[in-house]
Amino acid sequence: MARVVVDVMPKQEILDPQGQAVANALPRQGFEGISEVRQGKRFELEVDDGVDDDTLARIAENFLANPVIEDWAVRRVES
Amino acid sequence: MSAAGARIGVITFPGSLDDGDARRAVRRAGASDVGLWHGDADLHGVDAVIVPGGFSYGDYLRCGAIAKFAPVMTEVVRAAGQGMPVLGVCNGFQVLCEAGLLPGVLTRNSGLHYVCRDQWLRVDNNTSTWTTRYEPGAELLIPIKHGEGRYVAEDPVLDRLEGDGRVLFRYVDGNPNGSRRDIAGITDERGRVAGLMPHPEHAVDPLTGPTDDGLGMFLSALDTLVAA
Repeated sequence: MARVVVDVMPKQEILDPQGQAVANALPRQGFEGISEVRQGKRFELEVDDGVDDDTLARIAENFLANPVIEDWAVRRVES
Repeated sequence: MSAAGARIGVITFPGSLDDGDARRAVRRAGASDVGLWHGDADLHGVDAVIVPGGFSYGDYLRCGAIAKFAPVMTEVVRAAGQGMPVLGVCNGFQVLCEAGLLPGVLTRNSGLHYVCRDQWLRVDNNTSTWTTRYEPGAELLIPIKHGEGRYVAEDPVLDRLEGDGRVLFRYVDGNPNGSRRDIAGITDERGRVAGLMPHPEHAVDPLTGPTDDGLGMFLSALDTLVAA
């Protein structure tokens, strides 16, 4: 078993109103110096050893992310 | 085929809300409505399919992202490939985009607010199966109610949609969600599969909606089915 993390983020050119709302709320709480926030998703998968990188890429590309608007990255981490 | 002989299916997913109104709109147009179940890989011989609004599978992951794998959708994609008319409204539009039947994707409204109001639309193209009853340039008043209706696609895709006359409706009197180029509804290359965020099924009777401007979409498809 291995732990796999899939990060899904809105593409840089895609408007991210949720991230903007977070960014706009920070100064109201007294936090200065943060110019941009982008909001995405993180998936943690417990994966059998037989699942290869190509399979994980297809899961990310076809299901966890919508590549029209989102970038994704798969990485295996120590569990 | 007679109008009443035309059978139009309406899918119910877990979380669908507008399947009832869609079926009522089908009946009001004069066709026969057929309920289709998400877990049933069978279209029961219908002549057209409507994917209704709501929050299929709780909108988990992304709107429409899980619904596209429902057994019934596999059949819808196959039938659409053979030319069956398919209409997606609101969540149904999101499902059709996720399923790859229509290009682009619907994202969070730019203002972050869920928007529920009667919205003016302009008919851009009346050659699709679902819009033949409208005059190009006609303005329609139809309810919208969505939190994720901002239509997004890459510029070359938008250029192609516009160049090929595949934009069916645009928002007028204000863009409620930040959709690119004010797009409210589009169709596929053959003009058989259509999707829009506004709810024509909520505007088929002045008693319960702002207008009956939405009825034309159902009558348009029925014309095609009867003529077939």
